Amino acid sequence: MSRADVEACLREGHPDIEARMREPWSDLETDHATAFARQRDGAAFGIWVFLASEVLFFGALFLTYTAARLANQEAFAAAGRETNIVFGTLNTAILLTSSLTMAVASQAADKGLFRRLTLWCLAATAVFGLAFLVVKGFEYREDIEKHLVPGAHFALSQAPAQIFFGFYWLVTVVHAIHLSIGIALVTRLAVMGWRDVDFLKENPQVEVTALYWHLVDVVWIFLYPMLYLPGRSG
Amino acid sequence: MSTTASPTGLADPDELDLRLPVSYLADGHSVRSWLLTTDHKRIAILYAVTITLFFFIGGAAATLVRLELATPEADLLRADTYNKLFTLHGVVMVWFFLIPSIPNTLGNFLVPLMIGARDVAFPKLNLISWYLNVGGGSLAVAALLLGGVDTGWTFYVPYSTVFSNTWVSLTVLGVFTTGFSSIATGVNFIATIHLLRAPGMTWFRLPLFVWAMYTTSLMFVLATPVLAVTLLLVFAERTFGLPIFDPARGGDPILFQHLFWFYSHPAVYIMVLPAMGVVSELITCFARRKVFGYSFMVYALVAIAVIGFFTWGHHMFTSGMSPYAALVFSFLSFVVAVPSAIKVFNWTGTLYRGQVGFESPMLYALGFVGLFTLGGLTGLFLASIPVDVHVQDTYFVVAHFHYIMVGASVSAYFGGLHFWWPKITGRTYPETWARFAAILMFFGFNLTFFPQFIAGYLGMPRRYHAYPPEFQIWNVLSSAGAAVLAVAYLMPLGYLTWSLLFGERATNNPWDASGLEWRTTSPPPRQNFFGSPRIQGGPYNYHPEGVAPVHDQPRLPSRGSLT
Repeated sequence: MSRADVEACLREGHPDIEARMREPWSDLETDHATAFARQRDGAAFGIWVFLASEVLFFGALFLTYTAARLANQEAFAAAGRETNIVFGTLNTAILLTSSLTMAVASQAADKGLFRRLTLWCLAATAVFGLAFLVVKGFEYREDIEKHLVPGAHFALSQAPAQIFFGFYWLVTVVHAIHLSIGIALVTRLAVMGWRDVDFLKENPQVEVTALYWHLVDVVWIFLYPMLYLPGRSG
Repeated sequence: MSTTASPTGLADPDELDLRLPVSYLADGHSVRSWLLTTDHKRIAILYAVTITLFFFIGGAAATLVRLELATPEADLLRADTYNKLFTLHGVVMVWFFLIPSIPNTLGNFLVPLMIGARDVAFPKLNLISWYLNVGGGSLAVAALLLGGVDTGWTFYVPYSTVFSNTWVSLTVLGVFTTGFSSIATGVNFIATIHLLRAPGMTWFRLPLFVWAMYTTSLMFVLATPVLAVTLLLVFAERTFGLPIFDPARGGDPILFQHLFWFYSHPAVYIMVLPAMGVVSELITCFARRKVFGYSFMVYALVAIAVIGFFTWGHHMFTSGMSPYAALVFSFLSFVVAVPSAIKVFNWTGTLYRGQVGFESPMLYALGFVGLFTLGGLTGLFLASIPVDVHVQDTYFVVAHFHYIMVGASVSAYFGGLHFWWPKITGRTYPETWARFAAILMFFGFNLTFFPQFIAGYLGMPRRYHAYPPEFQIWNVLSSAGAAVLAVAYLMPLGYLTWSLLFGERATNNPWDASGLEWRTTSPPPRQNFFGSPRIQGGPYNYHPEGVAPVHDQPRLPSRGSLT
């Protein structure tokens, strides 16, 4: 279908579009194409508002970290040197690449013309997400072996280093939970899109999932220097 | 404002077939049709049922607290039980009653009706938010049944993380869960108000209640995640030993207080902005006057929402902060009083030369204005550092925030409930009883909390189950007031339930109000309106501009008016 055909379908109230309209958007007093566009805008707008909420969520964590680090600079530098920068850097690369495939999937679905490309990119995104979790799992095992869990057997002598690792465990687990939700959402899209030829085409859920995925990625971009780089300069 | 083909009221399909669609209440009677509904009106009812339950749980705890305080000695409760009871009272009332009260019941019901939409933007998310609220509430109640929590509703560290042996983790998890219900509601309302306004409903034609919901939703979305993180840190420190706030290992307990109040001060505005929205609707209707200074009312709401985010430090003047920071927080706390005062003056200005009627919703609204003013002015005392240092942690503070959170917010909730009751249920309640309850609530409230200002100023600290005998007179007055207040809160439960079964059928617009929500049947059909509303003018079309006030506007006795 050419772009002109798609637009024609939209104007005429294509049955596909009607099937995809949801309440209350289906009741808007406009033609189908406009109502469908409004529904898409609504989904994107809603996820942006939610992301604003998420920014405050992680923002509060970053603030806590910053305050603790300013008060305990040396302990944080010593603790930062204990993290595994190889795993951290590898994971950063994996996650950034996954955002690329997610962005391609989102754009391809938006155009509605590249179904196979969309599906492959969604699958790749989910695989990259899983790869991140696998690497993180190896890193956790090493951290536990090195006694980097706060408590009686903690490896470092400075007490505030435990705060660094308290933060490390909490924030990486929270990030991993976010990422797991993202993987579930992306996998769902891929499966539904594989089963139903028209599912992904212009479906606002793709963009919504992509925006969420990118946020999880952006959070990691902040976490990488906070967790892996302290104490490693100079 | 007009809608096409608004049929007349008094439509009972059994008596007369007007070919009207069934109301949202008649649209399915199974339990499933309620628990899996995506109708914003039914979800509002679900919320109303659960918050009523929580209101009486929290109220029962307060009753025991007041009974204990009737005498200076500890004769009813042990110190430990007393701590658990005031914690339960605070946690349940703040998170499971006050925060969802007006937004999730009246807001859910009215926002789509007031903007001429069929439903909220994300109806399923709306239902999920109710389940999150119920889930969080169940966790908190489970913590209560298992043995309670003794930290106070603020969960201050290091007591909550290191020392308390009670069910802190479970309670914190409950509050954390219900926080996501607030966020979901906030996202939903913001998207609804942005994207689903009917043709012609411009931003400055929105009723003030919708503006109040919009600003409240902004706070839901931007403040609640910070609470979620703060409680998550407490949970992680207790459960997994991750020592973020532990002073023994270099952590900073004051940081917890900053994070906690960054949410919990805006939370006060989450509780009071919706109340302001309700009261704006009530006063303009029963004064038969257009709201005085509509645009300033809007700017004031927005200003309170914005400045409210930067005043949290005034809860911490005595916790240890730099004098310069304290000065800034004190100044900003005075600044936030300015838009609040603008609102009080504008309500008063609306009453001026109005044809004021004293129907029961208006009695609640007028009570609100008085109690809010007193609560707000004592807030200025507390914003001033020297006075705050003197009365910190005394009953003066308790009295102040109860004037705002109970006196103002709960009065407005009851006012709104009485005002929109005919629309929500399609029934009218006995007006005489309602007026009596409204007046009783006002007097009972003042009798309960005004003595606490005096006791607090004289130095009685909060959170103790025993106290020196010289404070007994104020506590006896307060406990007596609490008994009156309890009766006043139970009465609506009685006559409103009665009205559901035996009340007269309500007309479509029993108060002659001008809002869009009255331009449909009582109760409204599932799709809210017959045809699509188009808005041609601003809200509050009571005295058209340039037209002299018409005296003796019709107030039919059958509609419940003495004038």
